[in-house]
Amino acid sequence: MIRAIAIPLFAIGLAMALFGLFVAAVGADPFAVYASIYRAAFGSMFSWENTLVRAAPLMLIALCTAIPAQMGLLVIGNEGAVMLGGLAAASAGLLLTGFAAPIGMLGMALAGIVAGGLFIAAVGALRHWRGVNETISSLLMAFLAFAVFDHLVQGPLRDPSTFNYPGTYPIDDAFRIGMIPGFEVHWGLVIGIVACVLAWLLIRYSTFGFALRICGNNLRVGQMAGLPIGRLVLISCGLGGGAAGLAGTIEVAAVLDRASSALHVGYGWSGILVSFIARHNPIAIIPAAIALGGIRASGGLLQRSHDLPDATVLVFEGIVFLVVLWSETLYGRGPIFRLRARHGNN
Amino acid sequence: MKNFSRISRRGLMRSTAAAAASLPLISRLAAAEDELVCGGIYVGAKDDYGYNQGQAVAVAKVAEIPNVRVIEEAMVPETAEVQKTMQSMIELDGAKVIFATSYGYYDPHVLEMAAKYPDVHFFHCGGWWEEGQPTNITAYWANVDHGQYINGILAGHQTQTGKLGFVPAVPIPVLLRAINSFTLGAQSVNPDITTQIIWTGDWNVPVKEAEAVNSLADQGCDVVSCDLDSPKVVVETAERRGIYSCGVYADQSALAPNGFLASAIGDWSVLFIESIEKMRAGEPLPNSVLGGFADGMVKMSEYGPAVSAEARAAADAARAGILDGSLEIYTGEIKDNNGNVVVPAGTTYSYDDPFLEQIDWLAEGVIGSPTI
Amino acid sequence: METTEALGWIGVPLAVLSGAIRVGTPFLYVSLGECITEKGGRINVGQEGILVMGAMVGFAVSYLSGSPWLGVLAAAGAGSLLGMMHALFCSARRVNDIAIGIALMLFGSGLAFFFGKPFLNPSAPQLPAIPFGWWSDSPQIRSALEINLLFIIGLGLVPLISWGFRYTRWGLMLRTVGDSRDAALSLGIPINRVRLVATMLGGALSGIGGAFLSLYYPGSWNEGLSSLQGLMAVVLVIFARWDPVRCLWAALLFGGAGALAPALQSVGVTTGYQLIAAAPYVLTLAIMIMTSSPRRGLVGAPGELVLNR
Repeated sequence: MIRAIAIPLFAIGLAMALFGLFVAAVGADPFAVYASIYRAAFGSMFSWENTLVRAAPLMLIALCTAIPAQMGLLVIGNEGAVMLGGLAAASAGLLLTGFAAPIGMLGMALAGIVAGGLFIAAVGALRHWRGVNETISSLLMAFLAFAVFDHLVQGPLRDPSTFNYPGTYPIDDAFRIGMIPGFEVHWGLVIGIVACVLAWLLIRYSTFGFALRICGNNLRVGQMAGLPIGRLVLISCGLGGGAAGLAGTIEVAAVLDRASSALHVGYGWSGILVSFIARHNPIAIIPAAIALGGIRASGGLLQRSHDLPDATVLVFEGIVFLVVLWSETLYGRGPIFRLRARHGNN
Repeated sequence: MKNFSRISRRGLMRSTAAAAASLPLISRLAAAEDELVCGGIYVGAKDDYGYNQGQAVAVAKVAEIPNVRVIEEAMVPETAEVQKTMQSMIELDGAKVIFATSYGYYDPHVLEMAAKYPDVHFFHCGGWWEEGQPTNITAYWANVDHGQYINGILAGHQTQTGKLGFVPAVPIPVLLRAINSFTLGAQSVNPDITTQIIWTGDWNVPVKEAEAVNSLADQGCDVVSCDLDSPKVVVETAERRGIYSCGVYADQSALAPNGFLASAIGDWSVLFIESIEKMRAGEPLPNSVLGGFADGMVKMSEYGPAVSAEARAAADAARAGILDGSLEIYTGEIKDNNGNVVVPAGTTYSYDDPFLEQIDWLAEGVIGSPTI
Repeated sequence: METTEALGWIGVPLAVLSGAIRVGTPFLYVSLGECITEKGGRINVGQEGILVMGAMVGFAVSYLSGSPWLGVLAAAGAGSLLGMMHALFCSARRVNDIAIGIALMLFGSGLAFFFGKPFLNPSAPQLPAIPFGWWSDSPQIRSALEINLLFIIGLGLVPLISWGFRYTRWGLMLRTVGDSRDAALSLGIPINRVRLVATMLGGALSGIGGAFLSLYYPGSWNEGLSSLQGLMAVVLVIFARWDPVRCLWAALLFGGAGALAPALQSVGVTTGYQLIAAAPYVLTLAIMIMTSSPRRGLVGAPGELVLNR
């Protein structure tokens, strides 16, 4: 337990130190930079809002990798599920124009969840019945999803008056998700946190979750115990994809009010990494997403106060991810775990 | 220049601090009024040789006004992030003016922020302000398509095959209008000229842009123009293929010493500087600004060495006609490329007519589709 | 400047052919590099970041030194350094190579964008092309047959790598490491060192692929230059089923598909633009479905590859 907190903290500290060296090497004052990062990410109420608004979509998107990962599957097609989910939600919202707000919102959410869920479940189905590797097939399917999305929003579903990135017609104002009262972050944050907690409860305390974890530890044991492997694969992939589809829905309903290429900004990749930093533990996804949101939120101030280029925040992110992912190796070390590691398969 | 502004900035901060120490409230307010903080937000890189560079150059000129401090962020996507960027500039840096320079920032992002911060003025490029929207917005755009019309005239004189090419990014009204104006300009030289278009599908996809130019050249197009984030790749590829090119947003002449004809440049600094002077004088600012040749918001680059004296004269004459109002590009009869009459004979749509803001057709002679 | 005849529909196969070479060359380099990496049993999704880094470094060095070939060398060097990072991180126990790859994709692109800011605007000296079309009067054919030396070198690398895999001691070691860790251990092969060399070689080749983008086609440094080509090339290796010769065909196919959409637009086929460009993915997926089976891994895949679980 101490290890689960100490190692990530150590890794983040190391990453900060490395980033400080990098910043110093290009001529900025690392301590002033740290101060700015803190000020921009967590220094005030507004900074918290800024951080949390960026963290909100990442939580749901990370679940798309984290839930199938319980079974030992590595899904990286998150971005595709987000975009298809957003597109389905926007389409549903347009079809339901005129209906009462709850019906419209529910319809949109369902459409988004089903689209994202079916998309990733298809990856799971290919894996189970055809043995197609889910990592590569989800990546390929994501490329296909981008193409279908671009085709639809630039062609048949296009609102001819959209500026810049072509998009669908806007959804009914009544279907829009608003802000949490007194706090300028939309309800997507609450939905994200609730989803992470539910996923954690499901995996930790339900028989379904128990079955998933058995298969994840050793598929043979699962088979011998007579677990319905195929159904477990489909459901875990479907839930993961549904979460990402819901993230797309929220982006449409809370931020963009239409499906447009503005959805395509790389949230999917960040979500995968958030899931890895959280070691695929849904409850740990919450702080991991907030940490990444904080890094993102600091990007602006780094440009404005330190004359650093916009890519600085990408470098920072890259260093943090590399170091935190590498720190995974520390879990097997230290006095307590040494014995077990020696008997492990290394 | 950069050093100078830094020194003065620091000096200013020192005087602000001293004043704040002596007379707490009043002088702090006065000092804050003295220094105007302006935030520039760009969707891409500031040195892209195109759209964002055009905006950044203008914002840099704003920074030269005394007592104005400019803060900038580049590569800001058109998501909730741009709202937080604006908010952060306002809340953390005290920005009173925001230049939100990408089309997609407007709805809903600028609209929401403008409603939330009524004492901050928002400049947005490419959006159309409508009655009922917050009044602390100036939506600006310039008829860069006037420049594309001039490009078209130069291209029309230059072409030997009678086939021109155009590489647009995505099918939105502003771009459809640019394609039509370019084509109508060329057809004013020779009505049989056609323009082949190839959509790239995104604002910045260099490989597709280069492929598009090569395909156009293979089809016998000998002049290409474009409208995308950066014309750099289009102009350079055209030069390598030995065909002529026209640019937009910034002056790309250095990239193609032989084949470059001209570039239609939007110069936003005129508006920015004038608006800040007005703000300081306490005068109201307009909600919509549509610039053109007359107010210097659209300029033509120097014509390239390949442009003939005849073409030069025709282009200058057209420019003069647009300036004095005797030439309106969208004067009937104009058909779309399916043969339907879109501008009947005897009808003229002036450059600021809402009809032109909603264009969803391509003029006769354009080979391609207004959707992809 | 001369008058050219329109090619009409004949232009489509010509554009696809020349596009296959122009657009396909970076795919060829990245896929060959990834092929070497994956033969050693590790997958490097970070090739995308390496490609972008190679493009920036190649361009910058060419601009500063005036020599594009020096740029290519520097790009290879930068690529192998990032490859080394991947290998070192992944040789730590329990570290997931795909996750490190995605992080490297962010880190490599971020670093390239960071240091590439001053090079967005200038033009750098470009790599020369060999005019194989000198015999033709048609400018289109002359242009289509202007082939860059890097493509020809890439062509040469294909049999060289194939031969290396099959007949050299090092190739045998690499394949052993990739196919079975236990066998490699029992033979006393230094697994991590072999993988380090393979990933560095892979990174160097990807770096060269990036330099081709910025120094020849489209020939300038731009933050949107790669548009995920490095990631597609990783997929392409699976399409080619870990065979360098098939990597060549696959790279040409992916390149040709990229050229097909603009070429079709130029003759009036305007709908489904985005869908046509996605054709290679459908093909790859179909091939994966056909060659996989629930009972064994992918046909031809190195046994230690995570994809093979």
